Amino acid sequence: MTKNVDHSKRLLLVAASVAAGGVAAAGAGAPFVISLMPSERAKAAGAPVEVDISTIEPGTMMVIEWQGKPVWIVRRTKAMLDLLDKHNDELADADSSVQQQPEYCKNPERSIKPEYLVVLGVCTHLGCSPTYRPEVAPADLGGKWPGGWFCPCHGSRFDLAARVYKGVPAPSNLVVPPHKYLSETRLLIGDDSKGKA
Amino acid sequence: MMSLLKKLVGWFDDRFPLMDTMKEHLTEYYAPKNFNFWYFFGSLALLVLVIQIASGIFLTMSYKPDAQLAFGAVEYIMRDVQGGWLLRYIHSTGASMFFVVVYLHMFRGMMYGSYKKPRELLWIIGMVIYLVLMAEAFMGYLLPWGQMSFWGAQVITNLFSTVPFVGPDLAILIRGDFVISEATLNRFFALHVAAIPLIVVGIVFVHLVALHKVGSNNPDGIEIKKHKDANGHPLDGIPFHPYYTVKDAMGAVVFLFIFCAIIFFAPDMGGYFLEYNNFVPANPMKTPEHIAPVWYFTPYYAILRAVPPLFGSQFPGVVAMGVGTVIFFFLPWLDRGKVKSIRYRGPIYKIFLTLFVISFLGLGWLGTLPATPVYTWIARVLSVVYFAFFLLMPWYTKIDKTKPEPSRVTSH
Amino acid sequence: MNAIKKLWLLVLLMSVPAMAIANESGAQLDKAPVDLGNNASLQRGAKFFTANCLACHAASYMRYNRLKDIGMTDAEIKPMLPEGSKLGSTMQAAMDPNSAKLAFGVAPPDLSVIARARGQDWLYTYLRSFYVDSKRPSGSNNAIFPSVGMPNVLAALQGEQELHFENHEGHATKKLLLTKPGSMKPAEFDATIGDLTNYLVYMGDPSKLVRSKIGYIVLGFLLILFVLTYALKKEMWKDIH
Repeated sequence: MTKNVDHSKRLLLVAASVAAGGVAAAGAGAPFVISLMPSERAKAAGAPVEVDISTIEPGTMMVIEWQGKPVWIVRRTKAMLDLLDKHNDELADADSSVQQQPEYCKNPERSIKPEYLVVLGVCTHLGCSPTYRPEVAPADLGGKWPGGWFCPCHGSRFDLAARVYKGVPAPSNLVVPPHKYLSETRLLIGDDSKGKA
Repeated sequence: MMSLLKKLVGWFDDRFPLMDTMKEHLTEYYAPKNFNFWYFFGSLALLVLVIQIASGIFLTMSYKPDAQLAFGAVEYIMRDVQGGWLLRYIHSTGASMFFVVVYLHMFRGMMYGSYKKPRELLWIIGMVIYLVLMAEAFMGYLLPWGQMSFWGAQVITNLFSTVPFVGPDLAILIRGDFVISEATLNRFFALHVAAIPLIVVGIVFVHLVALHKVGSNNPDGIEIKKHKDANGHPLDGIPFHPYYTVKDAMGAVVFLFIFCAIIFFAPDMGGYFLEYNNFVPANPMKTPEHIAPVWYFTPYYAILRAVPPLFGSQFPGVVAMGVGTVIFFFLPWLDRGKVKSIRYRGPIYKIFLTLFVISFLGLGWLGTLPATPVYTWIARVLSVVYFAFFLLMPWYTKIDKTKPEPSRVTSH
Repeated sequence: MNAIKKLWLLVLLMSVPAMAIANESGAQLDKAPVDLGNNASLQRGAKFFTANCLACHAASYMRYNRLKDIGMTDAEIKPMLPEGSKLGSTMQAAMDPNSAKLAFGVAPPDLSVIARARGQDWLYTYLRSFYVDSKRPSGSNNAIFPSVGMPNVLAALQGEQELHFENHEGHATKKLLLTKPGSMKPAEFDATIGDLTNYLVYMGDPSKLVRSKIGYIVLGFLLILFVLTYALKKEMWKDIH
């Protein structure tokens, strides 16, 4: 049956067909995989959010939603800011050396303007949303508590610059999302591009 | 490297009939060597089934079977889901192409007498697949929740209410409501995406098992197992792999070319694959001016409309439509011809088969049009021709002058 | 076996006459100047649509930022946004649907896929076929959509038309005559409606813009694959005598 067969030609044709067929299969699979990416609706919901920060009372926190996640905007008082550098030795990453913030927020306050902290309210341990505890030295958090966040899930602690303490489950500081000031009182969360908004 | 692979295969083979299955169904499954163009459609039907299941699963991820949201969910897929338009067009085109392929596959069986002994059961299993496929397509068509979805389903479910005595209750049972409603949408969704696909895959498997038991027919309609070589292989048979795998691969590429041409350049197919009125959301208060089912149902729809009501009941038309689909089951026993293939049949059979094709296509065309008195009369004539093909078959196949069959296949 | 001949037969079987869109009034439709490659026209249509049609109608499956498809930038889209909408918002009607239903008798339909339901020529003709009819509550009617609920909001641009019947060998044909000019010249008005129709066709199926481009690549690749599989089949089947 298989007389005078050019085996090398066959092998070449099989290899070429299989290769081209593989490309075709990959091409056919592409729209299926792409369809799993966030849809335009999800992207629209995750678009940058504009906030008016003039209504935040000093010492309080405002929560807004961006990409389905809570973003905290805290208006820190002078007293709060003064306490920030008093407990550096208890922090895991006091200088924010881990890239958990845009370059313009790599400072002791972890913010563009010291007064306003913008941070993602998602614990870096397992994604719970920590509780805001601004009061100094409450009974349950101990006498050294200078104000900050306490995660109810596994007890991670963060100070008022959202820096993580040593010896808690969370490995790193909370994430500062990209943001910029459109004016003195209007903040855009999710976009830090220069030029027009 | 090679020995490692051999070891791995051996490990599996000790625990699962891997090589045995491969041998039995591919490398040592002997198929007649004279398959022609018409023998592509079986493997193509399998290809479309895979395409429909894959695209269907991904569409389900973004679809919502809710009367308020369904229409919007389809547009959400078409616009907001990345590449969603492609998945939707693959699925909608695939539905129509499934029927194109299945109709040609069935016609092949009729031409070459593939339903005759010993393949009666194979044919019947195939017919079951066809009927289940119709149910699958009908239920899937409700899901976009457009005007044609809604009113098409309304008309078809109302057909059941013409059944004497139990009809009205039956229609309500099917719909789960007094009209097509969200209850209907939800159950059709469940059946379309879960129940019926499972059944289809199951019977397709059984269809293949039956095929490999009796062996494929061929354009000459003779049994290749009658002449075997010293090894017991049919003289006119060739191993399915590699010969038919490479041939079917080539056929699949040609098919995909046509398939993709439709998807990318004419997914509406001039209103045949996606009807214009289905881009209007379902409105239970307003019937569109002209309701036509999708093209693959129109031959039967034309038969339904052609039969005049009896004592004010549409039931005879519904029966005629039902019989029109089910009558294919009886072909193995209606056909009294001594030969299988059209190549050795006499002129009477050829004339009847031609008339049947004309009546099927003609009815299909009329089913898409609004009924006028002239069209209704044409549909009546064609319906008579359609049924005459089957009902007169015992007579004309018996008296027809057949030619002698060759003992070996004639060409490839 | 003559496969080519049989393939042709298959193509013939499949190309049974294409269905025409059911045209309720049976009137002759004008051909719409649709050209999806013309971004300038599409953009003019989009601006006309958002400025006028969205007062009563919605296009609730269409997002504003999608207009980037037709070459617009964020900065160009921003002024088109209604108060409170973002770039990613869908196009909602300015008018509340319930009050719209009270005002017009029917709720103005969503226009996202109207071009797919009605057809481009129908839309192009419909939008230019309003005429004065004192018997209608809105004071106007439409030659190809009798008793239409929509008032003739385009009168200020097009002017007023009157319906005349002309007799041609027993056939009465409808003819619309301009009796009072509008702010646009007839040719200018037709071009504006042409742009609008063009935009509506795009909006009905935005994938149209990329579909054919991808299509050519896919078909080209399949052609190569065919050559390979054909050669392979030919080579393997040399065994069979």
